[in-house]
Amino acid sequence: MVRVLKLELKGITKRFGSLVANDHIDVVVEPGQIHCLLGENGAGKSTLMNVLYGLYEPTEGEILVDDKPVTFRGPGDAMAAGIGMVHQHFMLVPVFTVAENVALGAETTKTGGFLDLDDTRRKIREISDRYGFDVDPDALIEDLPVGVQQRVEIIKALVRDAKVLILDEPTAVLTPQDTDELLDIMRQLKSHGTSIVFISHKLREVKAVSDTITVIRRGKVVGSADPGASTTELASMMVGRAVSLTLDKAPAVPQETTFEVKDLTVIAPTGQHVVDGLSFGIARGEILAIAGVQGNGQTELTEAILGLHERAHGSILLDGEELLGRSVKDILNAGVGFVPEDRSLDGLIGTFSIAENLILDRYDQAPFAKGISMSPAKVLENAKTRIEEFDVRTPSGSLAAGTLSGGNQQKVVMARELSRPLRLFIASQPTRGVDVGSIEFLHKRIVAERDHGTPVMIVSTELDEVIELADRIAVLYKGRLVGIVPAGTGRDVLGLMMAGVSPDDAQADAAGKSPAGLPAGLPVEHPADTPATNPAPAAPSVQEPSSGAVGDHHE
Amino acid sequence: MSTTATSSVEGKPQPDKNRRPAASAKPVTWKLPVTLAVLAVIAFIFFGLLGPQGTAKFGVSSGGDFFQLPAIEVPAFLSGMVLSLILLGLAGYALVLKAKQNARPPRWLPAVFTVVFVVAFLIWVVGGARTPSISLAGLIAGSVTLAVPIVFGSLSGVLCERAGVVNIAIEGQLLGGAFTAALVASVTHNPYAGLLAAAVAGALVSMVLALFAIKYVVNQIIVGVVLNVLVSGLTGFLFTTVMQADADKYNSPGRLPIIDIPVLSGIPVIGPILFKQSVVGYLMYVAVIVIWIGLFKTKWGLRVRAVGEHPQAADTLGIKVNATRFWNVTLGGAVAGIGGSFFTLVAIDSFTKEISGGRGFIALAAMILGRWNPIGAFFAALLFGFADNLQSIVTIIGTPVPSQFMAMLPYVVTVFAVAGLVGRSRPPAADGIPYIKG
Repeated sequence: MVRVLKLELKGITKRFGSLVANDHIDVVVEPGQIHCLLGENGAGKSTLMNVLYGLYEPTEGEILVDDKPVTFRGPGDAMAAGIGMVHQHFMLVPVFTVAENVALGAETTKTGGFLDLDDTRRKIREISDRYGFDVDPDALIEDLPVGVQQRVEIIKALVRDAKVLILDEPTAVLTPQDTDELLDIMRQLKSHGTSIVFISHKLREVKAVSDTITVIRRGKVVGSADPGASTTELASMMVGRAVSLTLDKAPAVPQETTFEVKDLTVIAPTGQHVVDGLSFGIARGEILAIAGVQGNGQTELTEAILGLHERAHGSILLDGEELLGRSVKDILNAGVGFVPEDRSLDGLIGTFSIAENLILDRYDQAPFAKGISMSPAKVLENAKTRIEEFDVRTPSGSLAAGTLSGGNQQKVVMARELSRPLRLFIASQPTRGVDVGSIEFLHKRIVAERDHGTPVMIVSTELDEVIELADRIAVLYKGRLVGIVPAGTGRDVLGLMMAGVSPDDAQADAAGKSPAGLPAGLPVEHPADTPATNPAPAAPSVQEPSSGAVGDHHE
Repeated sequence: MSTTATSSVEGKPQPDKNRRPAASAKPVTWKLPVTLAVLAVIAFIFFGLLGPQGTAKFGVSSGGDFFQLPAIEVPAFLSGMVLSLILLGLAGYALVLKAKQNARPPRWLPAVFTVVFVVAFLIWVVGGARTPSISLAGLIAGSVTLAVPIVFGSLSGVLCERAGVVNIAIEGQLLGGAFTAALVASVTHNPYAGLLAAAVAGALVSMVLALFAIKYVVNQIIVGVVLNVLVSGLTGFLFTTVMQADADKYNSPGRLPIIDIPVLSGIPVIGPILFKQSVVGYLMYVAVIVIWIGLFKTKWGLRVRAVGEHPQAADTLGIKVNATRFWNVTLGGAVAGIGGSFFTLVAIDSFTKEISGGRGFIALAAMILGRWNPIGAFFAALLFGFADNLQSIVTIIGTPVPSQFMAMLPYVVTVFAVAGLVGRSRPPAADGIPYIKG
């Protein structure tokens, strides 16, 4: 029989030194429910789940399974109690096969400790058939696309008889299509009696599948919400104040095209063409967003423009000057501002002070340097101005940049890059891991730079952000340009393009798939829950526009 | 889990999810074809054009064999020409493949090339020697003998690195094993007790590495290097103060007997290497096979490899990462320790300073050349043993090549093997990276 399990977290507190990551959190996961933990990055959702999964020991509080208190000394205990977890970063060994990964830790053995992978293969096929996963037990993980890898993670939990499945930001790595399929799988799992704890900060998905929503902010439960609540309501609960999800932005007034990429090809050390014959232009006063699933050549494209890639061929023209082949310093001095995708790795030096980080690109220029000496007073003075201008929340500019929160670090990077006259501004993942409050601010600054007459290129894997900021959207797939479409192109069309479907086919396909005029994110049918006549039971009160630049954000 | 197994649910047609990402072409470089070409040209000039005119004679059987095979005699110049032309052909084929189809040569090509090159080299050396005759059986048997400690050392490396700990201290473990084996065997008058003590000593050296590398997260390379120096100093000190003071009592371990399996040991060439060995020699074969099966066919091995590849994943599945690493490193040390006993209980019957003579480092190279696989490491170690043995034999039969050059041979082979011929091999992903929970 399908055993159902009630899970309760009571007064869970987790402290790391003086930092309180979880503060007396109470959550009850009823059997057979999809329970969403909604909260911003850094709100403490993952910490809570790691406590539940036995990876962290709670400082205070207790976990109850079927009303009986339990103590988990490690993930093994949690799994034994029927809790499974799919981590945000997959816990799969890339050089192992699917079967080996699934078997690991719960191996079936013949006498003498010999592995019985046949048994594991059989279990994988059984689960795979039941949920229509279509996973080959003998495929190597590193050869599988992310969506399939995620299914392997789910199989791993199911093989271990998980009754409660924790999904930690499961959609962060998926294309919109894969995301929809995942949401379907979640509904199927639910119909089979598996409860799901769904951790997310993406309102659209949360509304689409959840039965109950618990909102967490700064380590505390701030309340629960009904999946029928509007996105704006949910967002303000999550952030703690009213937020405007739509960006006030005037229509673009594109002028002449001053930045052009022609036939750009970047060859990776592996010999692969990671950017393949790319051509596009950006006009002054326009934002071009580069959309695409992570790892489709975006990183290499920005690196090539910055002069960071040795094997880049083609032409990159800024005001008619060739950038390709010039040194990074030369390119920066030519007026290219760059916000790298990984700020802690490439954007900042964590152990340097904020003030020093603010002049990393101009440390050798007046007024910060004179001959061979630097002028610390000028550096601090500059920091003061920038910190104020960009609303960096810090007591002092001489603190190490590494001590700032993600949002404030990003403001420092942005402040540095925008504080000199630019002829091109590139921001890669400008708001990744940044709180909603800061997102608003950063987006406004990017639009301001556009209105200032700078060509702006945004690289983002977040479709919401692309839709929000872009004046035109270029979609990359496997290093090639799938197409450039105007802002206002539907999320479903963009989603298909991100999977490599040409814009025309995507338009036709999307038109055929959503006859009810629903965005693709709310699947038209999921027979597991409801009759097909009620297409969006999880969010009945919401009427979404079928397309348009604002997607799911509406007031 | 059981009731719904057969009821397929609301089967929606599923699109093909197993589409693979873009043909992730691994790099096809010029390195291998060019290396082969250069070697082939060298072979053609020296073994072919400048080849000796005499006849090279290779004895196949040794006196003890139960049937005798005639010795092989080959005209050195002619066979040098033929073999070097084959080499040129193989290299040319690799070059054409790369140039025309941008494809890498088939897997067998480098292996065949190596074998042909070695044969040509042998004929050239023997054909030009003062006494143009060597015993092939002796050459091979000697190679295996010299390879024994290298095999044990590389197995130790495999055990540690598969679990994610870099073991630079193999040299120290060999040396520690050699010293302890000599001391304990001398005191107890029982070489088997010495063998056991060698394993314990190797394990103890390894435990120090494990403790610092895993518990205190000290850089593994640095701990390893320091341990080598420590063991070298300690054994050197004890050798001069204890062993030399009373060598009869403390440094006359006696040898482990050679166990001759009747009939089988009489098979030409392979008989002596497989069936006429000391306990340590037999243990070597057992260790290679057992460790290979253990790593790739058992639950234990799956867990060990997971810990070395993706410790976090292992941890989330309830596998104790650091405990697994600790015991694997310890086990590796014991294996290397047994290898060390070879020096003082089999090769000769006394300990001298630095008796391991850098073979621990060669073992590391063998491990890499063998791609972190016990069987691969075994054959790589054999190659080094062969180079080592050839060097001494060739010096004895007197070749025109200076003996200093011959002494360099093992190391030249190491450099070529590790840097060029094998292409890129991939170590365990978490090799050398400490695992800190949370």
